[in-house]
Amino acid sequence: MTLLRVRDLAVSIGAVRPVAGVGFEIARGETFALLGESGCGKSLTALALMRLLPAAARIERGSVKFAGNELCGFTEAQMRAMRGGRIGMIFQEPGTSLNPVLTVGAQIAEALRQHTGRAATERVVELLAAVGIPEPAQRAAEYPFQMSGGMKQRAMIAMALAGEPELLIADEPTTALDVTIQAQVLDLLRDLQRRRGMALLLITHDLGIVARMADRVGVMRAGRLVEVAKKEDFFRAPAHPYSRELFAALPENLPAPEKSAPAGRPALLAVRDLRVHFPIRRGVFRRTVGHVRAVDGVDLELAAARTLALVGESGCGKTTLGKAILGLQEKTEGAVSLAGRRRTGLVPAQMQMVFQDPFGSLNPRMRIGAIIAEGRADADVDALLAQVGLSAAMKMRYPHEFSGGQRQRIAIARALAVGPQLLICDEPTSALDVSVQAQVLALLVDLQQRLGLAYLFITHNISVVAFLAHEVAVMYLGRIVERGTADEVLRDARHPYTRALLAAVPRIDGQEGERLLAPGDPPSPVHPPAGCHFHPRCPRATARCQADYPATSVLSETHQVRCFFPD
Amino acid sequence: MLAYLIRRLLYALPILIGVNVITFSLFFVVNTPDDVARMQLGAKHVTPAAIEKWKAERGYDKPLFFNPAAAGGAQLTETIFFEKSVRMFMLDFGRADDGRDIAREIRLRMGPSLAVAVPVFVLGLWAAISFALLLVYFRATPLDFAGVVLCVAMMSISGLFYIIGGQWLVAKVWQLVPISGYAGGLAAAQFIVLPVIVSVLAGLGASTRWYRTIFLEEYTKDHVRTARAKGLPERLVLFRHVLRNALIPILTGAVVLIPALFMGSLLIEAFFGIPGLGSYTIDAIHAQDFAVVRAMVFIGSALYIVGLLLTDISYTLADPRIRLQ
Amino acid sequence: MMFKPVLLWSDALFFLLIAVALASVFYIRRDEHLRLGWRKVGQSRVGMAAATLLLVFVGIALLDSLHYRERLPGPQATYAVEVRSALDALLGGLRSGAEKTYSAPLATHSFAKETLDHDAGRDFPRLRHGGAHLGASAEGWGADVVRRIVQGLGIGLIVWLGLWLAGAPLRRAAPHLAWDAVFVTLLALCLTAGAVALLAQGYHVLGTDKVGQDVLYLTLKSIRTGLLIGTLTTLIMLPAAVFLGLLAGYAGGWIDDLIQYLYTTLNSIPGVLLIAAAVLMMQVVIDTNPEWFATAAERADARFLALCAILGITSWTGLCRLLRGEALKLREMEYVQAARALGVSHARILARHVLPNVMHIVMIAIVMDFSGLVLAEAVLSYVGIGVDPTTISFGTMINSARMELAREPMVWWSLAAAFVFMFALVLAANLFADAVRDAFDPRAVK
Repeated sequence: MTLLRVRDLAVSIGAVRPVAGVGFEIARGETFALLGESGCGKSLTALALMRLLPAAARIERGSVKFAGNELCGFTEAQMRAMRGGRIGMIFQEPGTSLNPVLTVGAQIAEALRQHTGRAATERVVELLAAVGIPEPAQRAAEYPFQMSGGMKQRAMIAMALAGEPELLIADEPTTALDVTIQAQVLDLLRDLQRRRGMALLLITHDLGIVARMADRVGVMRAGRLVEVAKKEDFFRAPAHPYSRELFAALPENLPAPEKSAPAGRPALLAVRDLRVHFPIRRGVFRRTVGHVRAVDGVDLELAAARTLALVGESGCGKTTLGKAILGLQEKTEGAVSLAGRRRTGLVPAQMQMVFQDPFGSLNPRMRIGAIIAEGRADADVDALLAQVGLSAAMKMRYPHEFSGGQRQRIAIARALAVGPQLLICDEPTSALDVSVQAQVLALLVDLQQRLGLAYLFITHNISVVAFLAHEVAVMYLGRIVERGTADEVLRDARHPYTRALLAAVPRIDGQEGERLLAPGDPPSPVHPPAGCHFHPRCPRATARCQADYPATSVLSETHQVRCFFPD
Repeated sequence: MLAYLIRRLLYALPILIGVNVITFSLFFVVNTPDDVARMQLGAKHVTPAAIEKWKAERGYDKPLFFNPAAAGGAQLTETIFFEKSVRMFMLDFGRADDGRDIAREIRLRMGPSLAVAVPVFVLGLWAAISFALLLVYFRATPLDFAGVVLCVAMMSISGLFYIIGGQWLVAKVWQLVPISGYAGGLAAAQFIVLPVIVSVLAGLGASTRWYRTIFLEEYTKDHVRTARAKGLPERLVLFRHVLRNALIPILTGAVVLIPALFMGSLLIEAFFGIPGLGSYTIDAIHAQDFAVVRAMVFIGSALYIVGLLLTDISYTLADPRIRLQ
Repeated sequence: MMFKPVLLWSDALFFLLIAVALASVFYIRRDEHLRLGWRKVGQSRVGMAAATLLLVFVGIALLDSLHYRERLPGPQATYAVEVRSALDALLGGLRSGAEKTYSAPLATHSFAKETLDHDAGRDFPRLRHGGAHLGASAEGWGADVVRRIVQGLGIGLIVWLGLWLAGAPLRRAAPHLAWDAVFVTLLALCLTAGAVALLAQGYHVLGTDKVGQDVLYLTLKSIRTGLLIGTLTTLIMLPAAVFLGLLAGYAGGWIDDLIQYLYTTLNSIPGVLLIAAAVLMMQVVIDTNPEWFATAAERADARFLALCAILGITSWTGLCRLLRGEALKLREMEYVQAARALGVSHARILARHVLPNVMHIVMIAIVMDFSGLVLAEAVLSYVGIGVDPTTISFGTMINSARMELAREPMVWWSLAAAFVFMFALVLAANLFADAVRDAFDPRAVK
């Protein structure tokens, strides 16, 4: 039975039409995934359904029939009754989407009052419990900033459920969350949907999430729906060329690079017992009362022309580690050696960094040529541009004229200008679309093969790791908990956290491995758990895990893990 | 939080000392005590002995900052700077040139200053916030545009014209309330009506524009969109989500002005004949009475620091993110 | 030589400022972001209208900044003590045609009754210059006024047409700018100026003040004072504010603490008191060193400059704080980190990465502070701690005009003239500042 029917919906902002005629249907209780890359108009479509478009945008034409009602003809007052009451919506960034000065409970109560007339405290607590928040009564009195990202998103879901909607629109609800938390939230959504018979319009760019959650899929591109299909059909044989492009761009489908450089060569980079501790100051005289142990004793080795992937979720310290190795961040203890010689501080000619945000890593007021030549005034800018696949004519242009992928290439060219042997890549493709990510990854592989560059590749994306890395190190709360070759870690993970991480990634084949191996939230580095850092979330934890931190167990020449039960 | 406040208070000390150093330098390096004595004693036949006597009476007979003639620590303490500063920290301001006790004058004049400044503050805040809210409610309509134009026009008129115009209107045309003067107690009411209205009007344009900007910024934030997605009526969205959040920077920004209220507005008091601290200061400036000006500078600085503290405290109270850190 | 040019310090600084402004035009043309921003300003009708008015004011101030001393008749080359400006020469008639005392705008008779020579009673005496061409009985006043206005409008229209034609190449070169607003403003200005100019040849258009000086003349002279206060102060405080603010935000640590201490201390001294104290000190210095100044004009100029400097020293803290906050944010930007990783020195990072990305804030601050400074001068001069009483400024005009309101009958024209001109200047500055802010502030909310 059709709950929502959209026909020929078009939205315009000034002279541009970001949504140019979209039509689809959602049945009761069904999950419909709206899939597309950035800028395709999927978020605007969702906002148009709720009539929450930004001030400059208008619905140009189209029909939106919800449970028989034509929403496009509704007055604002009628729409208000719909919003929250029959159609709920949750957004991508829970941090900014919740009012920071009202308690979570107050915000949920507001929604309750609006749609059911009463806002009983028990009902609020009930809702918080229904979304899986532990100690809901206490949480209701907390403010959003006191909650982790995952909990904030759950609270948003609770708020959206207050009016018992028949349709929930979720606009990229897990994009801002860590992989393990994402798995929890997705499970929660599916669970709630089943129990309430709610339809779900899930907006995403991630094929894995589509595989896991959707009943039917719609692929959007440049404001139009290019394909609508049932999930099984879509994954078996995508019909539209664009859909096929999306699949082809997945790292697992990219042609596997020649990981030629053999192991056993002398280490280019050697890190011994690196620690970065930030002091916590309290009191009238700002005395140091403790430390945040962002990096807490890390050993690493990397040979030339090899890639070491550093995997971990937010807060594990991987970015701090990268900056400390580079010399941008002062280290508290430990030694970093390059080509056998100890180094303190920056060594521009040997180590460079590629940053995550393509929009923040280039000075908007400098021309590309000047940016690339910044480290070395006599750099051959034309050759460098050619090396990263851009034309020399782009020298005189400004960063804002380029796309995200192109900007990352420029950033890489800038790093290469000084001729380093080692590139530290801090999540360089996390902010890029899948198709663009494929191009940048291909470029990195090419450069490694041609120039013999070594990469310390920081990421949380497992499929990129599988594509690129020779070796993998998994980081949790400032320490490396497992390391080995890519094969060893990805196919034969021994640490429970690595297993949970791998299981949490939504798989394209739709199969689900062991579920929910890491409940709860990652701990904060200010108050690390005693003993093994992972034990509060570990299904195998024993008393011994609470008492001591496990020493390193050597499983093979290359494979090491820090767990008391590595089998 | 207590630790934070204590630390800020301790920080206030070097500031007050710095203020004193600057003030003393300004006054005495250019105009030595001898020059001041000569100016005060006035006449042509002023003898060195008379100068010395005048200086000794007022404690100006020592070196300014550094006394090489004394021994050890006394090299710093037996100076004009040290003695006068210490006295000021103990709120002993000495006597004005006409012999009156400065501290007593300050106490007497605080009341009239506050009688004008407090209503101006409260009324001005209320009027500007209401007006700004009105404009935001009607944003992007001709009313909003007209309102902004009006604000810019009001901002461009000098405060002097509001005062002069106000006095002329009330005195010559309407003759409703007295245009200057003051009386103690409840009778003060009729004397403060005009100064308060004039002050509020003079500042209305700039404040409204500023608050309107803050409201509009809040209006476009994500959590306001979430509130609408919950189906809340626009009225609730405006008051509970926009206004409430925007009031935090507005009020905490206004709080810093509260201590300055004690000083009174120099202009207003001068024009309307209010015997407050503002007119006291102006008179002292005109008469070049440095003792009084020094005392007022010290008090003004101390009040400013109190204002900074109040701002921090109010931020802590109003914004849970800061309170619960 | 008919005259000896005199370069006052404030004149020199003003010319320096104009040179800097012209140089920055070249800099802006090269920097794409700034050029785009200023083009947006150029497309704003309100902004361009305000800019036109401001440019006219600047022109008047410029004319008033070309000072000289007239050569006295006689064989030797001696020059008058009085220093005049090109504007004075232009307005010659207005300046020299002083009356005895008050007179209303366009009046033919004085405002105050006097005992006349040959009559038995007291009556309003005939003005020396006002309406002198009408003869002793002042007949035909109405027709004369109307005739002059019509002629003036005509001349104004012709001048405007000339400007319109002369401006055609500009319009062709940059068609997307709001030229219609510019020329409408110019039309209004030309018509008004034409009518006033012709009227001024026969009458005191805005009346005369207590000592008989033509009020229109006084107002035109005040423009330079107000304009210079707004601009020279900024010129003085800008380098310090930018340097210290960026240094504090970027360097952090004890440098930041020191600079913060500096501006917190300066800020906590009540502004008026600090200015008053400094101005009084300056006055004493000037008084005790009369040999430094050759003419009275130079002495007044020194006090004027001292006021600008003092206002500058007391007002740099606002911009400094803003820039410190911005530098703090920029320090964490990834392109700054990348520059550090590349081994770029801190000085170069500040110059190439931090400074260009705060230019918009600096520009907005300059333009917005201008009107505040003009208003502040009026208040300070009124209180007596502003410009020298011999300097003609809006503040001193209001000061002397204030008491006149209480007279019976009321003398309102001095005050009204000061009000209208000051309002025009400040309003134009505010509207222009708004246009600049809307064009450059990335988070601008309408």
